[in-house]
Amino acid sequence: MLRISGERAFAIGQAIAGAGKQPGQARVAEFKDGDSSTIDRGIAIRFRGPRSYTGEDVLELHGHGSPVAMNRLLDRACGLGARLARPGEFTERAFLNDKIDLAQAEAVADLIDSSTGQAARSAMRSLDGEFSRRVHGIDRLATDLRVHVEAAIDFADEEIDFLADSDIAATVQTIERELADVVEQSRRGQVLRDGLDVVIAGPPNVGKSSLLNRLLAEDRAIVTEVPGTTRDLLSADIEVDGVAVRLTDTAGLRSSADAVEAIGVERARSAAAKADLVLLVEDANRPATAEDAAAGLDVAAPRRLRVRNKIDLSGEAPGRGAAGEVRISALTGTGLDALRQAISAAAGVDPAEGAYLARKRHLDALAAAARHVGEAGRRLAEGFGDLAAEELRQAHGHLGDIVGATTSDDLLGEIFASFCIGK
Amino acid sequence: MMIHPQRYDVVVVGGGHAGVEAALAAARMGATTLLLTQSIETIGQMSCNPAIGGIGKSHLVREIDALGGAMALSADRAGIQFRTLNGRKGPAVRATRAQADRVLYRNAVRSAVENQSNLTVFQQSVVDLHVRGERVRGVDTQMGLRFEAGQVVLTTGTFLGGRIHIGLQNQAGGRAGDAPANALAERLRAMPLRVDRLKTGTPPRIDGRSIRFQGLAEQPGDEPRPTMSFLSTPEVHPRQVACHITHTNGRTHAVVREGLARSPMFTGAIEGVGPRYCPSIEDKVVRFADREQHQIFVEPEGLDTFEVYPNGISTSLPFDVQLAMVRTIQGFEQAHITRPGYAIEYDFFDPRDLAPTLETRCIGGLYFAGQINGTTGYEEAAAQGLLAGANAALAAANRSAWHAERYEAYMGVLVDDLLNHGVTEPYRMFTSRAEYRLRLRQDNADFRLTPKGRELGLVDDQRWRVFKVRKRAVEEGAGRLAGIVATPGGDLAQALEAASGERIDVAVSLHGFLKRPGVDASQVGAALRQAGAAEIDNAVLAQVEIDAKYEGYMTRQDMEIARVKANDEVCLAADFNYEIPGLSNELKEKLRTRRPATIAQAARVPGVTPAALSLLLVHAKRRAGRRAA
Repeated sequence: MLRISGERAFAIGQAIAGAGKQPGQARVAEFKDGDSSTIDRGIAIRFRGPRSYTGEDVLELHGHGSPVAMNRLLDRACGLGARLARPGEFTERAFLNDKIDLAQAEAVADLIDSSTGQAARSAMRSLDGEFSRRVHGIDRLATDLRVHVEAAIDFADEEIDFLADSDIAATVQTIERELADVVEQSRRGQVLRDGLDVVIAGPPNVGKSSLLNRLLAEDRAIVTEVPGTTRDLLSADIEVDGVAVRLTDTAGLRSSADAVEAIGVERARSAAAKADLVLLVEDANRPATAEDAAAGLDVAAPRRLRVRNKIDLSGEAPGRGAAGEVRISALTGTGLDALRQAISAAAGVDPAEGAYLARKRHLDALAAAARHVGEAGRRLAEGFGDLAAEELRQAHGHLGDIVGATTSDDLLGEIFASFCIGK
Repeated sequence: MMIHPQRYDVVVVGGGHAGVEAALAAARMGATTLLLTQSIETIGQMSCNPAIGGIGKSHLVREIDALGGAMALSADRAGIQFRTLNGRKGPAVRATRAQADRVLYRNAVRSAVENQSNLTVFQQSVVDLHVRGERVRGVDTQMGLRFEAGQVVLTTGTFLGGRIHIGLQNQAGGRAGDAPANALAERLRAMPLRVDRLKTGTPPRIDGRSIRFQGLAEQPGDEPRPTMSFLSTPEVHPRQVACHITHTNGRTHAVVREGLARSPMFTGAIEGVGPRYCPSIEDKVVRFADREQHQIFVEPEGLDTFEVYPNGISTSLPFDVQLAMVRTIQGFEQAHITRPGYAIEYDFFDPRDLAPTLETRCIGGLYFAGQINGTTGYEEAAAQGLLAGANAALAAANRSAWHAERYEAYMGVLVDDLLNHGVTEPYRMFTSRAEYRLRLRQDNADFRLTPKGRELGLVDDQRWRVFKVRKRAVEEGAGRLAGIVATPGGDLAQALEAASGERIDVAVSLHGFLKRPGVDASQVGAALRQAGAAEIDNAVLAQVEIDAKYEGYMTRQDMEIARVKANDEVCLAADFNYEIPGLSNELKEKLRTRRPATIAQAARVPGVTPAALSLLLVHAKRRAGRRAA
């Protein structure tokens, strides 16, 4: 579901889903892209402020929820002037517009706090490796360029002239090209590592590999009845509620004399320690042994989910149990839906605020930076140094949304370090 | 102790650039004002280089002028070489710099002070503040005279605990030849204000008759000659002279390196931090060892003196090294030094302890302006002086306080930076500090501030009249240009095409035409005259052109500013509890010490993220709700 709140929500709704009915009434509509092609078919509802969740005009578009359609819908809405909400922003607005009473205020603050943490974790995930290296590289180029441009402006007596300097125009072009390249690559998902790290752990022979297989719906793990079969880590990618999940199967946790198996157990522990969520699998037909307890991992509550497997044999009801555990059968597939829900919820990724949006924000920031750099190039060519500098400042600000802001003081510091300024 | 029979609304301590603007501003607003100075002769003295303005700085001067201050008019009456800086980099960063005759400048300032009604001057060193409870009540002078006043503005420059270094010798002093204000420094150090030391320096002065100018690059002033004040024309300028440029060389650097062992900066005798953008020659030689030469501007000190100011070789090396170093420089081979260069260390107070009015938070009615707040520069000092003086007068009259916002004036940027970030080196204005640089221009300082100045009582009738005339002319000019349409093939269009080289394919208003990057006001003016369409004053055309070209950017900024303003309306009480789950301990601590008055101010505290701001908003509102309930 896409929710748009604010003054222009209805105008955007009209552009995407056509003229609306009375506020509050749902209607079936086709969601159109800018070129009139259909993105998705779904339900559109308008809520007139203050009688809405946020207290502002609100538009809700309920689609079929495929990530691709959602992405296009978001792009379309942003193209029409919407922007991505900050974590918890809808609730914040609701509170500020008196839609939530005082008693709920604490909860609002907590929500902002926790969803910010999630977003930060999600952002961290998508900032790994290649993407991060490249964006930092571009940010470095932008910083160097601005150091030169701002020095030329603020220290005109120092014989640094940027308008006459062809290097500047070339650097602007390089940055523009680099940005376009990273945006393109990110769109194709080549550099962004996203999704959740979910580790399946537990004692030997409780059905960890079977669970992986069931979730993958393909035979990628070797399943046998010999305890300790999975000695190394085995990973695969799946999608749960639109969120990419990297699933890792691990060796059964027990103390072992076998050197190779012991290494496997150690790897399992270390994978669990780094994971976003650990599925702690147990056999519903076998009481926990002392050894199982000793092998228990040191993983705290929100990152740990108890999964009771093999209920086809024990006869327990599938789904969420009273103690928070999820009861499933990896063999028959019963209870798997509950597990999927629990994975996205327990891992702290609300699909609306998780890795997906964090990545989307990054892409938006990169695209905005690219736009401003392009403008800067044109202003420079026209001879408007101050306007070019402003465009570069804006571009740099967008990059800062990803890699951290460069303040004017940081910039001055670099100027004084690179040029001998001063009469 | 004698108590002076005259009770003052505002007492200003110090007759430098901050003190003068403070006293003038308070007096213009009707406050009975006293300017106390160690020496009436040195009112308006330029202690460092003989120049006013420069990039970022002339922006401040224009703002001071727009609010009725004396700096710009004095610079126009004393300026002996005027230059427009950044002329081709765009109007926002265009700046003016005036080389000033020290004597003419001092005289102009003193004349402004003496002719200001409500303002009197007294020559006496201040040794103590008269404080009762948490409010200042007046000041005590050296001879045991007490002046009673509800508001006191301290503009003590480098005089608080001043110590002058030349080589390894050092002595107490507020400026070469002047005594420091040590008694007052001791008194202030006993107050609950954070204090630290800064350092600045000057170059040796040289007798111009001993300089060989042949062979040095000459730098004349610019024509047409710019003026500093909105009220001036170039006719008020005195005779104009040129500056010269020379350079240091390898031998200069070798002499400096040999002298480092006796440099107070490198032996640790100086603890204060100097500015990175105004390094001493010893700093330049050490930090940029690969540079073969450094530029020196040879600036005349005045029309009636031979003394020159070699700008670029400030130093605290021993005198023998100074002399040897100077004589390695082209043109200075036979130079006679008239005054040695020196470094000066002085006390400043952490500006984070100030309110936006520049009133200290711990003592009511006590204001600080200028170098005492850790800034450097005449212009930065004057801007603070004007602000502090105006607020002192407002407080004396029980009127509500005023300060400029970051999007209104460089003054706003200056004070906001000081209050939020404090200083780690002497603070100087740069245009890159202003995120709203495109709107904080020299050309529109009057539009930005004169109406406010009028409302406050800072702007007199004459300036107000001049402003209204200009405003009407620009507005009418813009209206007329929007109404004149050039149709393709018409006389006007042809004249415009010929003048600008631009094509006109569809009908366009002149206002729209001026927005084009390749078009400037003079071309449109010429075409208008040629086509006999209308006569619009060139200055008006130029102003309309700037406004037209910036329009898109201004609209974008307007939206940003609207958001800042909304956040400005959400107040954070002085006893706001920052013990909020979700805020990092570091941030809680920062917010507790800074005590931002509004959400907008909190947003500018370093490290405050959008999420942290959301939390503050929610809690501020919850608190307000509880109060109402």
